[in-house]
Amino acid sequence: MLFRIHPDSGTPIYVQLMEQVMHAIETGALRPGEQLPAIRALAEDTVTNPNTVAKAYRELEHEGVIELRQGLGAYVRAGVSSAREAEAMKQAHRAMGAAVAVMRKLRLSEASMRRVFEAELTRDQEVREAVSLRR
Amino acid sequence: MHSEPAVISAEGLRKRLGSIDAVAGLDLAVPQGSICGFLGRNGAGKTTTIKMLMGMTRPDGGEGRIFGEPIDHEVASVRIRQKTGFVAEVKEFYPFFTVQQMIDFTRAFYPQWRNDWERRCLREYELPLERKAGKLSKGMGSKLALLLAFSRGAELLILDEPTDGLDPIAIEAFLQHVVALAGEGQTIFFSSHQLQEVEQVCDRVCLIDRGKAVLETDLDEAKTRFRKVSITFPDAVPERLFEGTGVGRLKVRGRSASLLVNGDVEAVAARARQAGATEVDFAPVSLKEIFLETVGGEQ
Repeated sequence: MLFRIHPDSGTPIYVQLMEQVMHAIETGALRPGEQLPAIRALAEDTVTNPNTVAKAYRELEHEGVIELRQGLGAYVRAGVSSAREAEAMKQAHRAMGAAVAVMRKLRLSEASMRRVFEAELTRDQEVREAVSLRR
Repeated sequence: MHSEPAVISAEGLRKRLGSIDAVAGLDLAVPQGSICGFLGRNGAGKTTTIKMLMGMTRPDGGEGRIFGEPIDHEVASVRIRQKTGFVAEVKEFYPFFTVQQMIDFTRAFYPQWRNDWERRCLREYELPLERKAGKLSKGMGSKLALLLAFSRGAELLILDEPTDGLDPIAIEAFLQHVVALAGEGQTIFFSSHQLQEVEQVCDRVCLIDRGKAVLETDLDEAKTRFRKVSITFPDAVPERLFEGTGVGRLKVRGRSASLLVNGDVEAVAARARQAGATEVDFAPVSLKEIFLETVGGEQ
């Protein structure tokens, strides 16, 4: 699989790597049981700090997405994703696609679109937290 | 975050140059195996710090250690330099040596010399072997200095503006080399004005301003902690509300204001909402924005 790193994005590089691995699993580009690139090889390919790649792998392991086998490398965990999740992702992409189309019509810049999305996520989180506090 | 021991550490390091405190109480910790970017404006004290680390000038105060050895002790400094590859700000060679002779000459001093790295650098930097070292362009000089530092099998590399004069292709090769060397376990400390290259390969950054470290952290952590907060008010922005909250200045434009916040973003947002803000947005920031706000202030 191909990784694309945007160093000057505000998102930490290890988070970008994690997202791309998860995306690859969700779309089926990486399948359960398959091996991920070795840390040093991936670091050199993407011209990224090996510690950063190692951190992404550790976090992915912590989240149960991959498995680090001592001296053997990193593997996608069995049963980590399913066709159902892939379908959910497809639906989410369609929904977002529609939302982007609407925002384009409103002549929003890409930066504004991102802000709207971030703000909505935050608001949703706040609402959820408020609800759970009330319980 | 980094539990590895520090290869370079400094506490309260000071150096006076004439009437100026070139380095004014610098604290620094570079963990084993990290790539640390050393950033700051011209005259911030980067080169003076590096010279102190390399034993080329003595600190006037404070303490610095590399591999646990004091940097201002002559015998210890020799031991430090045996394990440290160094590229100086001014890349100087014996002018009458050819590039090939310069490499052969240097190789003879280092039993750990890495022929694989010598070959790799020769290939990827496309150095003219027969040219006299004194006739090299700035960029070629940087490349030769890097070859000599990378090939000597060091444990630590201290590089003062290593990409000075390099073209984009050579910079990319340099970044690949740094990443590969870190993969081998070397620790790399380099100063640079190229924020993008630092952002790409460094896991640590030390930002120095007027001789002091104003930010010294894991880059990931900085990117997580720093947020640009944009706030819109129904009427005029109550500027005093934000005194002392952000890094750098509050930027006001009409009824909106933006501010770089380090850490407690929620507290700033809460304060803004209490004061009647109608909209509060957070956005992640790049190293460049952090740099500009942190050291760009009133000079």
